[in-house]
Amino acid sequence: MSIRAEQLTWKIGGKTVLDTVSLEAAPGEMLGLLGPNGSGKTSLLRLLAGLKPPHSGRVMLEREDVRSISRQSIARRVAFVEQHATTNANLKVIDVVKLGRFPHRSMFSGWSPADEQAVEDALEKAGMTGKRDDYWHSLSGGEKQRVHIARALAQTPKELLLDEPTNHLDIQHQIGLLKLVSGLSVTSIIALHDLNHAAMFCDRLVVLRQGRVVASGHPGDVLTEDLLKDVFSVEARVELSAHHARPHIHYLR
Amino acid sequence: MVGRLTVLGAVLSASLLAIALVIGVSVGIGDLPIPLSTTLSAVTNRLGWTSVELSRIHETVIWDYRLSRALVAAFCGAGLALSGAIMQSLLRNPLAEPYVLGISAGASSGAVAIVILGIGSGAVSLSAGAFAGAFAAFFFVALLSNGTRGGADRTILAGVAASQLFNAATSYIVTTSGNAQQARDVMFWLLGSFGGVRWPEFVLVSTVVGFGLAACLLAARVLDAFAFGDEAASSLGVDVGRVRIKLFALTALMTATIVSMVGSIGFVGLVVPHVARFLVGPTHIRLLPACAIGGAIFMVLADIASRVLIPQQTLPIGVVTALVGVPFFSIILYRFQRAS
Repeated sequence: MSIRAEQLTWKIGGKTVLDTVSLEAAPGEMLGLLGPNGSGKTSLLRLLAGLKPPHSGRVMLEREDVRSISRQSIARRVAFVEQHATTNANLKVIDVVKLGRFPHRSMFSGWSPADEQAVEDALEKAGMTGKRDDYWHSLSGGEKQRVHIARALAQTPKELLLDEPTNHLDIQHQIGLLKLVSGLSVTSIIALHDLNHAAMFCDRLVVLRQGRVVASGHPGDVLTEDLLKDVFSVEARVELSAHHARPHIHYLR
Repeated sequence: MVGRLTVLGAVLSASLLAIALVIGVSVGIGDLPIPLSTTLSAVTNRLGWTSVELSRIHETVIWDYRLSRALVAAFCGAGLALSGAIMQSLLRNPLAEPYVLGISAGASSGAVAIVILGIGSGAVSLSAGAFAGAFAAFFFVALLSNGTRGGADRTILAGVAASQLFNAATSYIVTTSGNAQQARDVMFWLLGSFGGVRWPEFVLVSTVVGFGLAACLLAARVLDAFAFGDEAASSLGVDVGRVRIKLFALTALMTATIVSMVGSIGFVGLVVPHVARFLVGPTHIRLLPACAIGGAIFMVLADIASRVLIPQQTLPIGVVTALVGVPFFSIILYRFQRAS
């Protein structure tokens, strides 16, 4: 087990956003988080990243409760890619990626060879090495997401949490980004809207509805016609793809 | 690495030289013009490096009036520009400035309470009243924006509310209790003036701004981490709540000290950080020193302008910073648009 949520409950203004949610990701696994709008995917990721404390339940990183670990120590192993995080600062790609080294540096430590190596590796993995000196505002949406992922990878995390990273990207960049994430050796938990993409790339899926886990397991077991009707209110047929041997959802009119 | 250190040393020396030069020029200007060389000799004499014969009057004017004034102006400019840069970074808003937390409005309420209502019956100075008012406004904003948990937008809104409240209180006191002369005095003080600042003020402002600069530089990397917002900073391991309240308190201290001493001088804290960002980029370890240097030079120049623009009269410094600053800033904005 790499990261585990135990019976997480989280409320905002009296409304229960997450209700006794439990999940677990094995090291190196890519876990997809599915659910309709407002089902609690973003809140769950925030709790997993230790950005908000749960009202009850706990998040475990291996054998440690997140609440017993300092913010900085969490940031050394859990990286979070938010939905459309942007800046009005005129930063270069390399400056953004270097931010990922923040949790690994103390107030007085200089820029070490290890920092340099981590940043170069991150740029390389995210395919942004050639754009290192480009300015943030000159990048396309897909490139911005890649820079965020590079920044997250520069944190050298064991767990990578991504909140709908493919939103607003064209299909080429959606597939490219999912390939990138699934090729990484880190544990990743990724909130996604596109069910077919989730089926293709994720090792396991967790489906949320109104803050509760309603299904979890391998894509073939989770993505059933009943679940699609029940949770997502769509009529669909699920076929086993002849191309990638994963379930393929065929929506009906 | 050696190359970079050399460049850094060269840039810093050039900047300090520039500040010394504008201060020298500032000291020379007035009813009694004093050549730059005389000022230089007066300083080196005092340091014991030289013993040049100087006229008694020159020495008195330099030491008792003009040098302290120019130095205070430099430190005020540096402090305001630094505070502005921190506010803009923490609130992620290009319109943020040192007074965004209602500090100048609070200071003016405090000042009029002393001057017009006579609170403290002469025992408390106008400066002390202004300082108390500034911090009252700061705590009001801190409370209203839910301490550290409120986001940037909430802090800005709380600051706007505080400014309105304290400005209303100031106007109320001035219109109901003040006479015309008092209203005029308060108005002049609010727009800023370096008249009357001497060495005790210099000691205070240089200590506060010096401490502020050192603390800001230590926090430079943390401020970089705020580039993508509070949540991103938090996920990078920043204790956002603690850092925000510390840095807000630091800027409040610097701004309140300056406002209570020389009035609320606008524009410097808003614009110098933008110009500095344009020149050295958004990375704080370079941006913050650039703001301090730029703010110091700009303020001394503005003080010079306030004394020479209209013969025989000193303009409020806030009027000059805006009159001189806006055209200059327009050029920067225009060029920046074309460049990007």
